[in-house]
Amino acid sequence: MTLPPAIAAFFDSTRHADRVVPPSGHTAWLTTFTAGAMTFLCVFALALSLASGRLAHRWADALARTATIRLSAPPEQLELQTQAVLALLSVTPGVASARALSDEENRKLLEPWFGPDLPVAELPLPRLIEITEGDPAYDSEGLRQRLAAEAPGAVLDDHTRWRRPLAEAAGRLRLLGWLSILLIGTTMGAMITLAANASLAANAQVIRVLRLVGARDSYIARAFVRRFTLRALAGASAGAFAGLLGVLLLPSADAAGGFLTGLGFQGAGWLWPFVLPPLAGAVAFAATRRAALRKLRELT
Amino acid sequence: MIAFENAAYSYGGGELLSEVSLRLAPGSFHFLTGPSGSGKTTFLKLAYAELMPTAGHVTIFDREVKSLTRDDIARTRRRIGVVHQDVQFLDHLPLAANVQLPLTVSGRRSNPQDLTDLLGWVGLGHLADVRPPSLSGGERQRAALARAIIMGPDVILADEPTGNVDWEMSLRLLTLLVELNRMGKTIVVATHDLNLIRQAKAQIAARVLRISKRRIQLAGADL
Repeated sequence: MTLPPAIAAFFDSTRHADRVVPPSGHTAWLTTFTAGAMTFLCVFALALSLASGRLAHRWADALARTATIRLSAPPEQLELQTQAVLALLSVTPGVASARALSDEENRKLLEPWFGPDLPVAELPLPRLIEITEGDPAYDSEGLRQRLAAEAPGAVLDDHTRWRRPLAEAAGRLRLLGWLSILLIGTTMGAMITLAANASLAANAQVIRVLRLVGARDSYIARAFVRRFTLRALAGASAGAFAGLLGVLLLPSADAAGGFLTGLGFQGAGWLWPFVLPPLAGAVAFAATRRAALRKLRELT
Repeated sequence: MIAFENAAYSYGGGELLSEVSLRLAPGSFHFLTGPSGSGKTTFLKLAYAELMPTAGHVTIFDREVKSLTRDDIARTRRRIGVVHQDVQFLDHLPLAANVQLPLTVSGRRSNPQDLTDLLGWVGLGHLADVRPPSLSGGERQRAALARAIIMGPDVILADEPTGNVDWEMSLRLLTLLVELNRMGKTIVVATHDLNLIRQAKAQIAARVLRISKRRIQLAGADL
C-alpha cells in the first residue's frame, strides 16, 4: 500500500521540515490545550454514548421478553381465575413460562411507596402474573381475546407503551453523544485552523525567507502541519489520559445507581479512548494543511 | 538567462518601470544604479519572479514568468541567488543551518566539508554555530552571499549588498562577487555606490545600467 505523498512526507524523518519554524509561539499552548480539553470532553461524550447504547439495548431487550397480566377479581374468584389464566398461558404458543407473583413479591414491589409493613393480604390488590416470552413470540392480540373470554378481569400489559419511549430516549441520548463527539471534533478542527492561521501570520518573515531560497508551498505547509499535528497529538494524549482517569474514578455500576453509575466503558469499549489521540492528530493534520495551503496562496 | 522585453510594472496606479528591454547574458556582470526609489529593487524582483510585469514580458531561463506555476517559481529561485540589503534569516537556527537552507528546502543533503569551505571562503568559518542576531552587518551580508550561492546558482542578484557595511567590507564583498563572476556566474548588483562600481570596473568588464525616469539605459562615460 502506498501512502499519499503529504502523509508519507510527514513520517519521512529525512524531510522533517518543522525545524524551519521557530519552536515557540503563543499558538503552541493553544493547540495543545485545545486538543487536550476537547479530547477530555470527547472521552465523556464517548462514555455517555456507549452507556446510552447499552441502556437502550438492555431496556429494549429486557422489556421485550416479558409481559404482565393484571388480574382483578372478587377475592373468592381470584384464585380460580388465576389458575384459569395460568392454564391458558401454559397452552399458548410463544409463552415460555408464566407464574403468579407471591404476596411477598407484591409487597416488595409496593415497598418503595407504602413502606415495608403493608398488609398485602388484607388489601384488594390485583394478582400479577409474569409472562416470559418464547421464540417465536406469542400473538398478543390473540392472547388478549382469549383472556377476555376465560378471565374477564385480566389485562395483558406487554410493556409496549413503556418500552418504546424508553428505548427511543436511550437511542436519542446515544445519538446526542455521537453528535457531541462530531461537534467536539469540528470545534477542535476550527480552533486548530485559527491557531495555524495565527502562526502563519506570525511567521510571515520565515515564509518570506523560505520562499526566497526556493521552498515550495507544500514544503512550507509541511513545516506547520507537522508542528501542529504533533502538538495536537500530545495534547489529545494528555486529554484522553485525564478523561480515562475521570471515568475510572466514577462510582462503579450497580443496580440501585442506575444510569449515572453505569456511565463508563465495558470490555472492548475501553479501547475507544485510545483511538481519540490519533483521530485528533488526523483532524489537526487535515485542518492545518488546508489552512496553510490556503494562507500561502493568499500570501504573494 | 533573464530577458526583459518592453516590460513594465505599475503599482497603485503609478508606473514604476516602463519599457524595459534587456538581456542578461550568461557570465555577464551588471551594475544597476539610480537614486533611491527609482525602481532598482522592483527590477530585481521582476528578475526573480517576486513580482510579475504588468505589461511586456520577462523571461527567466527561457520561460515566460507569467506562465510559471508557484512550484515552477520555487524551482526557478533555486537557480537564482538573491542578496538583499536588509537580509533576513531564520533567527532560531544557527548560521550554518541558515546558509544551507536552500539545500534543505530542496531536499538535498549538504556535504559538511563543502559547507565548511563555503563559510571559510566568505570569512565566517568561525561563526558556523552562531545565531544570526549576533552577527554584524558585514557578517550578515557575507552569510547572505554564502546562502545565495550554496545551490550553485546561474544568476546572483544583489540589492544594495554594501548598503549597511563600511568601505573595507564593501570591497571584500565586491571581491567575492568578482570571483563568482570569474567562475561563470551572471551577476547583477543594484547599488548607488559609484566608488564601488569604479573599483569593480578596474577588475572586470562590467556593464553599468542606470534607471532614470522609470526607464533603464546604459550609463555614460562618467563612470
